[in-house]
Amino acid sequence: MELLLASGIGVLTAAGIYLVCRAQTFPVIIGLAFLTYAVNVFLFAMGRLAIDAPPIYDAAVKTYTDPLPQALVLTAIVISFGMTALIVVLALRGFLESGDDGVQANEGGESEGGRTS
Amino acid sequence: MSIALIVFLPLLGALLAPLAIRYGRNACAATAGAASLAAFALLMSHLPGVYAGEVVRQEAAWIPQLGLSFAFFVDGLGFFFATLILGIGLLIIVYARYYLARQDPMGRFYAYLLLFQSAMLGIALSDNALIFLVFWEMTSLSSFLLIGYWRHLPEGRQGARMALAVTGGGGLALIAGMLLLGEAAGTYAISEIIQRGEIIQASPLYVPALLLILVGAFTKSAQFPFHFWLPHAMAAPTPVSAYLHSATMVKAGVFLLARFWPALAGTDIWFLIVTPVGLVTMVIGAFIAIFKHDLKALLAYSTVSNLGMMTMLLGFGTPLGVVIAMFQVLNHATFKAALFMSAGIVDHEAGTRDIRKLGGLIRLMPIASVLALIAAASMAGLPLLNGFLSKEMMLEAAVHTEIAGIPYLVPTLATLGALFSVAYSLRLAWFGYLGPTRESYPHHPHDPPAGMWGPVALLVGLVVAIGLVPPIAGPVLARTSMAVLQTDTLPYYSLAIWHGVTPALFMSITAIVVGATMVALYRSLSTAHAALPHPEAKAMFDRTIAAIVALARGVTGRTQTGSLQLYAGIIVAAIVAVGLVAFLQGGHAPGAREMLPVNTPAIVAWAVLIAVSGVVVFAHVSRLITLVLTSVVGLIVSVAFLQFSAPDLALTQISVEVVTTILLLLALNLLPRRSEPERSAAARWGSGAIAVVAGLGVAYLAYAVMTRDVSSISEYHVALSKPGGGGTNIVNVILVDFRGFDTFGEIIVLGIAALAIFAMLDSALRGASARRLAEMLPSRRSGDAHPMPLVVATRVILPLAITVGVFIFLRGHNQPGGGFIAGLVVAIALIMQYIASGYDWAAARARYNPHAMIGAGVLIAGATGLGSFFFGAPFLTSSYDYFHIPLVGEVELATAIAFDLGVFLTVVGVVLLALFQISRVEHKADRTPVPAGPYEPPYDRQAAPRVVEPARDKEA
Repeated sequence: MELLLASGIGVLTAAGIYLVCRAQTFPVIIGLAFLTYAVNVFLFAMGRLAIDAPPIYDAAVKTYTDPLPQALVLTAIVISFGMTALIVVLALRGFLESGDDGVQANEGGESEGGRTS
Repeated sequence: MSIALIVFLPLLGALLAPLAIRYGRNACAATAGAASLAAFALLMSHLPGVYAGEVVRQEAAWIPQLGLSFAFFVDGLGFFFATLILGIGLLIIVYARYYLARQDPMGRFYAYLLLFQSAMLGIALSDNALIFLVFWEMTSLSSFLLIGYWRHLPEGRQGARMALAVTGGGGLALIAGMLLLGEAAGTYAISEIIQRGEIIQASPLYVPALLLILVGAFTKSAQFPFHFWLPHAMAAPTPVSAYLHSATMVKAGVFLLARFWPALAGTDIWFLIVTPVGLVTMVIGAFIAIFKHDLKALLAYSTVSNLGMMTMLLGFGTPLGVVIAMFQVLNHATFKAALFMSAGIVDHEAGTRDIRKLGGLIRLMPIASVLALIAAASMAGLPLLNGFLSKEMMLEAAVHTEIAGIPYLVPTLATLGALFSVAYSLRLAWFGYLGPTRESYPHHPHDPPAGMWGPVALLVGLVVAIGLVPPIAGPVLARTSMAVLQTDTLPYYSLAIWHGVTPALFMSITAIVVGATMVALYRSLSTAHAALPHPEAKAMFDRTIAAIVALARGVTGRTQTGSLQLYAGIIVAAIVAVGLVAFLQGGHAPGAREMLPVNTPAIVAWAVLIAVSGVVVFAHVSRLITLVLTSVVGLIVSVAFLQFSAPDLALTQISVEVVTTILLLLALNLLPRRSEPERSAAARWGSGAIAVVAGLGVAYLAYAVMTRDVSSISEYHVALSKPGGGGTNIVNVILVDFRGFDTFGEIIVLGIAALAIFAMLDSALRGASARRLAEMLPSRRSGDAHPMPLVVATRVILPLAITVGVFIFLRGHNQPGGGFIAGLVVAIALIMQYIASGYDWAAARARYNPHAMIGAGVLIAGATGLGSFFFGAPFLTSSYDYFHIPLVGEVELATAIAFDLGVFLTVVGVVLLALFQISRVEHKADRTPVPAGPYEPPYDRQAAPRVVEPARDKEA
């Protein structure tokens, strides 16, 4: 099972990185989503895998899976929604403003460096 | 904290003065004056103590581990400088009331001036090196604001920038030096540091600390080669020049040298740096001053020269040098502030400050002229005035100083400096005030109101009094010098007009005679001077700045190509490289932990995940398919969470998945439907290779970790979850209790993200993007915007979904659920209404405001945390108890549920705000009315409360 999960994380990471390196906004957003999955599952896996041992306290139960990574990942999932939403809106506004869906700065246009003068 | 109050009263005045201007200029000046006067009175309450030799120290710990505390102390030196700052400050406040023109914003002026005053008092009185640095920077900033006070003048703006660059740069060096000094001394308390001179001077950090501190002092006190900013700072209004750039701020560097004199002075390196710098500054400043035509420029270079003299005296490293330096601080503050104010009067009355256009003012404005002439005579060092006394003592000390084995070097140069001082002072007096009367004045000069010459008269009174009866300055001088030297015994010196026939007397006579001759021969001298090269400091400074900017721009242009693809590639490649190095160096064998057995559903899920990821990578050009497949991945991830005993995560993941998919669908409605296929095969293969290596690395890492055994800190959380946090869902208890502070931070981040989204899209309804929207939207209308079954189903589901949300929220403390998940569920239920029935319909019925929800959520969570303070517990300590509620029975309530409510509200608000904003941008295209059903009463749009949609909706 560990092997399946580890290879799954690897595939998600590879797909995520490949998509993040694309030249247009939407693949980059999807790539970030893939990376988010990979990172969250990876973090979660740091608590090791256990089946049928949810961290719900019960006097009769002796073993629980590690609750701490779960708590960290839970907020990470919600925060990454916030991040995705922000990036999506950034991409959307950029497209609406310039009519260009690429992630390059415009050639010959005003670059950040040139605007200070 | 009465000492701290001295520092902060002017700060209060800085806040009040701009408000008081509504009641007129006099009220404004009076407010500023009252703040200064109150601080002055408070300072004087320490006079008996200080002059009895006490050192009053007050401290409030702030971060004791870092040696940072709000510590202030008053000793002789601090008292002396604070008196100068507040005394002259009061005179300047009166003077400025009459100096400023009607159109000058007076409130702003006094606010800046008092801000400066407060900062300067902080320098004089703080007993903590770190707090001292803060005040030091504050003086640089307030000086910047004051120099640039007349914003419309380019010289003002340039001078302000230059002063900030030089003194701010020196301030940075000073910060580093001060930290080293504190490190060497083992304390940041200034009163302690100055008693540990031997430890400090034995430390290897002494030399770097000294060099850095000297850079700070020299830049602030305009010592060569940093002197050039001071004349350009003269673009400031004259009261500012009189106050900051002659009497107080530029003396901060001298104060720094004096304050840390016992800790730093007395070594060879101190003497060999400080003395020559002071000496050279004194001579060069005085020389340049002779040939300046602008009164204020002349006075500025004269100030440079005088500061050089003080620096040199402190550089001698002898107690006598310190005494004379302090005497010169006092004398210079009196005559120079008087002269600056006089220059302001001339400018005000004659309309020019150019010496070549002045003359005969003594007949036109006798009172002001006599006062200025006395001050100028003191500046020249003529007998019976205070400038004479300190200059004589300085010359006497110079005679006994030898540098680099050359016997006559110091006395000769000191005499030269004194001689030049005589020359520029006499030139000012003769060509400015005496001499023939000019007829070319723009308007007829006459004596200004007493408010302007009164302060000058007061200072000139001091000049004359000390000059005639030198011993009256004795106690001040003695107490101040003792505080600098940290001793109770002073070297022998006598404050007297006549010291007998000494070398200093001859040097003085030489200076006066030759100086007077130079003025008599001024015309030919001036021609000769014009033939000399004039290194223009401003041009050099500008060139340096331009070169730095060009360099920075070059580096930026080369490294910041604007290609996110390249950046992302480099970042990932760098991480992969670091990981590879670590991989090749360290042990990375998998552990021996027993693996879980594989089951068929897991293999199926795994195979789907791999297949879907592959399709997404190769078919990402088609965006809608990509999106659908991505949500399949999300589903598999949540199933995996469920399988591996993480029900909370599974619930969260699946609800976030829904929200994210809706969000991306909304965005995709406006973005292009397809990605352009990339032409560059190199980019594809390159990033593909990096991605594969990174994926392999991460997979192996995860595998290696998962097969090793672990000892987790979570046993603590498991054990204490029920008895300590009052809940059985350990994950939820961790979120709202053990690590509640994290969660609090996270909901704030979420809220900020939502507000950023709001801001970014709110302005999208205007300008270029609004036009593009208008062009684009009609083509994107769907055939059936509001299918009837969907409309009906979502409306029926809404109450159910909200009930489920409430249920998940309430049980969250003990069973899977909680604020995050409940928030997502409720948000989804609400968003479904928008999807099914359209933006207009839903927004018109929305009686909630997502902004308010986010705010309320963060506030409730914060208030819950603060609530624990009332029980003497740390922030966010949770407590719980059992209550009996009729009909319901025994109920357990934890304060954590209030915190979770905050989380819930924030999450609902964030999700709604983000999605509303996107749909609001789109809704213009989508005005197809909702089909009216039999259950639909006619809806009065006007009467409905429209909380979400402000009036902007109509304009859009």
